[in-house]
Amino acid sequence: MRFSPSALDRKLIRDLKGMLGQGITISLVVAAGISGFLTLRATYSSLLESRDQYYEEYRFGDVFAQLDRAPESVAERMESVPGVALVHTRVAESARILMEGPAQSPQALILSLPPGGDAPLNQVLLREGRWPGAGESDEALLLDTFAERWEVAAGDTLGVVMNGALRSVRITGLATSPEFIYPMPPGGALIPDDERFAVLWMDRRGMAPIFRMEGAFNDVVVRMNPGALEREVLAGIDGVLEPYGGRGAVGRDLQPSNFILDGELEQLRQFSTVVPIIFLGVAAFLLNMVLSRLLHLQRTQVAALKALGYHDSEVGLHYLKMTLGVVIAGSVLGVVLGWYLGRAMTLFYGNFFGFPILEFRMGWRAPLAGILIAGGAGVIGAFTALRKILALSPAEAMSPEPPARYRPTLPERMGLGRLVGPMGRMVLRELGRRPLRTGLSALGIALAIAIVVVGRFSEDAMNYLMEEQFYRAWRENVTVAFAGPTPERAIREIAALPGVAHAEGMRVTSVRMYAGHRWRDVPLQGYPDEARLRQLLDADGRLRPFPDEGVVITEKLGEVLGIAPGDSVRVTLREGRPGEATLRITGTVDEMLGMQGHMRMSELNALLAEGPVVSQALVQIDPRDVDALEARLMEWPGVLDVASRDALVERFREQSAEMLTVMTLILTLFASVIAAGVVYNNARVAVSMRERDLASLRVLGFSRREISTVLLGEMGVQVLIAIPPGLWIGHRLCVWIAGTVDPERYRLPVVLSAETYGFAVSVILVAATASALLVRRKLDRLDLIGVLKTRE
Amino acid sequence: MPEPVLTTRGVTRIYEMGEIQVQALRGVDFELMESEFLVLVGASGSGKSTLMNILGGLDRPTDGTVHFRDQELTRASDRELTEYRRNHVGFIFQFYNLMPSLTARENVSLVTEITRDPMPADEALALVGLEHRLDHFPSQLSGGEQQRVAVARAIAKRPELLLCDEPTGALDYRSGVVVLEVIERVNRELGTATAVITHNAPISAMASRVVTLHDGAIDEERHNEARAPASEIRW
Repeated sequence: MRFSPSALDRKLIRDLKGMLGQGITISLVVAAGISGFLTLRATYSSLLESRDQYYEEYRFGDVFAQLDRAPESVAERMESVPGVALVHTRVAESARILMEGPAQSPQALILSLPPGGDAPLNQVLLREGRWPGAGESDEALLLDTFAERWEVAAGDTLGVVMNGALRSVRITGLATSPEFIYPMPPGGALIPDDERFAVLWMDRRGMAPIFRMEGAFNDVVVRMNPGALEREVLAGIDGVLEPYGGRGAVGRDLQPSNFILDGELEQLRQFSTVVPIIFLGVAAFLLNMVLSRLLHLQRTQVAALKALGYHDSEVGLHYLKMTLGVVIAGSVLGVVLGWYLGRAMTLFYGNFFGFPILEFRMGWRAPLAGILIAGGAGVIGAFTALRKILALSPAEAMSPEPPARYRPTLPERMGLGRLVGPMGRMVLRELGRRPLRTGLSALGIALAIAIVVVGRFSEDAMNYLMEEQFYRAWRENVTVAFAGPTPERAIREIAALPGVAHAEGMRVTSVRMYAGHRWRDVPLQGYPDEARLRQLLDADGRLRPFPDEGVVITEKLGEVLGIAPGDSVRVTLREGRPGEATLRITGTVDEMLGMQGHMRMSELNALLAEGPVVSQALVQIDPRDVDALEARLMEWPGVLDVASRDALVERFREQSAEMLTVMTLILTLFASVIAAGVVYNNARVAVSMRERDLASLRVLGFSRREISTVLLGEMGVQVLIAIPPGLWIGHRLCVWIAGTVDPERYRLPVVLSAETYGFAVSVILVAATASALLVRRKLDRLDLIGVLKTRE
Repeated sequence: MPEPVLTTRGVTRIYEMGEIQVQALRGVDFELMESEFLVLVGASGSGKSTLMNILGGLDRPTDGTVHFRDQELTRASDRELTEYRRNHVGFIFQFYNLMPSLTARENVSLVTEITRDPMPADEALALVGLEHRLDHFPSQLSGGEQQRVAVARAIAKRPELLLCDEPTGALDYRSGVVVLEVIERVNRELGTATAVITHNAPISAMASRVVTLHDGAIDEERHNEARAPASEIRW
């Protein structure tokens, strides 16, 4: 039997064809809403899944500890700590790699490998090449990110200074491990560093003699039993290691690379929760608005169907199908697009993180939720309109609507009517006659503007953060890190070097700060009395003074630990005089980057029971002299690292901003589609509603241009009144997102750039202009006689 | 003795039109008999269309009763009114009210698909002389042809009553006559009780009975001794 749709279904198919332009744009709005939702959700869940698999497969540890030195037999005692399942001891030493190039000798962490490379925990993933030979003291695996940055290949030989002696080390292969997804230099660095930090894995029997660590270890990785309490295990391990110079065990959450990764994923999670909801919500609202207007135009057809004896339910089903046709087309496109973009984004981030395993999964729940939300909104919109029409008796619905009640608008009543002429008055009265409709149209356009703003928010925030942090708060352009406490004299020597405009010292030490059972490892930064280079800036860009006494902490740190100015906190010191001390919190500062404490250098020196020593030098120097300074300083004994600010900014941009750029691009694209969809549909519906009035004007002798003015004038006014609230709503949404997306590592300041506002307005203006042109074409083809002869 | 198909008693209807109230009907008592050809005349605003809409179950009176045979339409639910229109009433409107996206045949199918014992759509269209324009869309048909499609749509369900509201109002003379001929033929051949509203007085010559409405009430009622065929009507 041939498939033969009912007459009503044929009407449906033809009607859908007839409103193809509108159908497509509405579908695109749905598609943009759904795919924005799916892309972010699926990317987040896939990355989480990939990370978990990576961690599981490469047996990433649960607890990590460093110590001075302990005999291998201590391992057994750690294994007997309740909750400990497995203990893997290692030798970890720092070294320096001599690379060719302008004054570069990156730090390296050398980690021991068990024979054959098969570590029971924190397993090493060999990406290429082979494992170092058993007992070899001049073969090593090199961290892949570093190798890539420096273009080192398996088979190359590097000069490595180990324990004060230069050795030639042959790189047998490139590798990574779950603990170095982000290469974090030891010592509480804020930003991962693939350029100045390397990891070398060497065979333990070959490596131990170099550092005189035969039969001993100074680094431990622990796996806990399922269900074990981390706090108890940490305490147990600390108890065992204390006599051996244990520096305090940390759980996985504070393992440096994982800490950063968690922060990034958390940010993605929060973004993928908040932003898609905004997108989907906006798409749903617009769908609702557009469909209800579209159906209003079908008023007489609904009445005729009812007159012919169709039940409300049958008419309802008919329009339900019409709505679903549009929604389903959009949903399918949205799911396909979401799948495709989600996969691309997962691959992008997965490669960025260096996950060896990448699983892209979208599941069925997220697509279903997206479709239900968008579809539900469409159906509700269609039915609110339909209910009104169905509630009318067919006779009423078929008769022309009662003459609209126009009245002079406020500007006219104020006597300004004469200024705008009859056309202008028509525009004003039409807008004023239906303030709700005008308001809703403007709100729709405003929301579209708002999401364009949201799409670009994170990039603005990141740019502002970098500008404030790296150029306003830090005014030095070179930072010199000393290997240990260094007499202040070194600062004066640096200040005398060629090109140096100003140099000052800083004392930085890492402490563990406690508040109840909560704690964080934070750097304490001590500034000289006349510090000129560093400034304390809060998120609003206001300058804050350094404390005269006590410690000013990052506001976020206060929040995490639950401490406020006036409180005293307990800290464990790692340098100078190891032990505990109490610090008084005298203030907080709403800093955007990191969590730290600020105090006077003299007070910090006293706390550490040391003389006037510094651990860093901040240098202001002519940018042209930076390379020469680096070359010279790297030859100084006791200088650990020389870092230029520009290089740091560059790395930060790569690490954090690159992630955001892709997201910004996708969000902006979707937002623009939604914006264009709304403006176009608004205009099209307006044409259909006013076709008759406009045709009458033409008959009366008005030109095409003049009647276009009436309609396009209305559109233009709607767009214009939508712009300020749109930008305002965008700003509020960003404030909301910033409040929700709150990693410990940085705070997103809501500082939107003029470019973003300009861009959002431009997107809308372009969409409006394109819609206006299409509408104009439609007006030019207005069938004067036809329109006037029939009522519709 | 023919039975009344429709009976109204004391029907009033008040409209809220924008800011003003309009009393469209003021206590109309009226009957439409089986197989009758009735013409309702009256000036514009006399309440013809309102009465027609109430008879057809498209609208409800503010007061009074309407019976379709034994069924009291004024007490019927929306659902029952819909069933009434679906199964018993054929409508013809001044502006045709065809679905622009459906062809002639499909516009008729729209009705035949939902009624109990319809005639095939092609047959209904042949009856109005449109057998050669089955697959044309309304936009490809002249006004007269569109109205004939509307007639075919109305009669395809073999209704018991045919209600025509200004069927020739939007048509030129020639097309108007053709449409009237079709309506006349349906009344004669199918025995459908037919009520035609018009303000075009010569059309009343076709009727067996002419009712004149004035300001919402029946003003005059007369029976035509001899009915003039549609082809002889001139205006």
